[in-house]
Amino acid sequence: MYNKGLVGSVILGFLLLAGLPFWYGAFTPGTGQPPKLELPPDKKECIEPVEFMRVSHTDLLTTWKEQVVRDGRRTYVSSRGKEYVMSLTNTCIECHSNKAKFCDRCHDYMNVKPWCWDCHNVPNEARK
Amino acid sequence: MSITRRRFLKIGGLTIAGLTVKPAYTLLSASSANKAGKRWAMLVELRACLEKGRCTDCIDACHKLHNVPRFENPKNQKDEIKWIWTSPYEHVFPDQTHRFMKEEQRRRPVLVLCNHCENPPCVPVCPTKATFTREDGIVMMDYHRCIGCRYCMAACPYGARSFNWRDPKPAIKEINQAFPMRTKGVVEKCSFCEERLAKGLGPACVEACKEKGLLFGDLNNPSSGLRKILETRHILQRRPELGTKPNVYYLV
Repeated sequence: MYNKGLVGSVILGFLLLAGLPFWYGAFTPGTGQPPKLELPPDKKECIEPVEFMRVSHTDLLTTWKEQVVRDGRRTYVSSRGKEYVMSLTNTCIECHSNKAKFCDRCHDYMNVKPWCWDCHNVPNEARK
Repeated sequence: MSITRRRFLKIGGLTIAGLTVKPAYTLLSASSANKAGKRWAMLVELRACLEKGRCTDCIDACHKLHNVPRFENPKNQKDEIKWIWTSPYEHVFPDQTHRFMKEEQRRRPVLVLCNHCENPPCVPVCPTKATFTREDGIVMMDYHRCIGCRYCMAACPYGARSFNWRDPKPAIKEINQAFPMRTKGVVEKCSFCEERLAKGLGPACVEACKEKGLLFGDLNNPSSGLRKILETRHILQRRPELGTKPNVYYLV
């Protein structure tokens, strides 16, 4: 094989460059970790188990919207038998009062851009 | 021969008659279901409303409660968003004017809002079913589904619908945190304050009127104050000849 040194260094350089995102993630502390979310300090549990909420909160909100707007039903009975008013601003954000450190932190990490807040209000104290 | 001509015709006739059972059943059951629940309607007492002159209490209350934007730009009138507003008498009741009517009477402002029609032209034209009639007769908007095609605006003979050509947020002076806003590209209109009805309250405009010029009630309740007035007094409706059966009534 000719020019062993040159070919080898080009291959090495290519691997370094192409894998830059991986090296960056592997050697910088803190990256690649799921974000730490700030939970409401005075509440112990969400309306449904955490695993369900993490995966299906979007479906839950869509169902809420359908029931409130279409059927005029406004009370949600959770799997634990508790009753809640079906409202994003008046129920979810009332409790998760720090949107930036809860909703936004995870949405940014997952790179999703929900347009809930185009219309639904975020009270000023929840915004920051 | 296994079947006679006569027998074949008998069976055929019965089969065709059987096809009419289901349509007839749904037609009859739908009309009786309507009578069971509530059917909200509003009465505008024209005299009480006009005596105050250019009072805007009800409009202010509604628009503040529902985060209706107000653009300070008279050039682009199409930007205006309105849930409840006033319009000249001759525009509201074109069939109630004549050539001898005084200019003053023609120009008199009359309070108008969505009529929540029994037969709403805006509903069947909506391609996404974003607008629909609820059981209690309220013609509702599902803003999540609205794609902004404005068919409903073309269909509504009362101009009761407004389109958000611009982002409404900067034009809302004081945001009511408890009620959502709308976004650019959706149509909006009066909802008879369905969020207040759910709490057992009346519409905000009715509550705000100091002259008691607005009356809200259930048409299916024969003993309601609204029904009493509708049964005995002279009542106007907007463009009744169109067959939309409006649920906003005007007491002359």
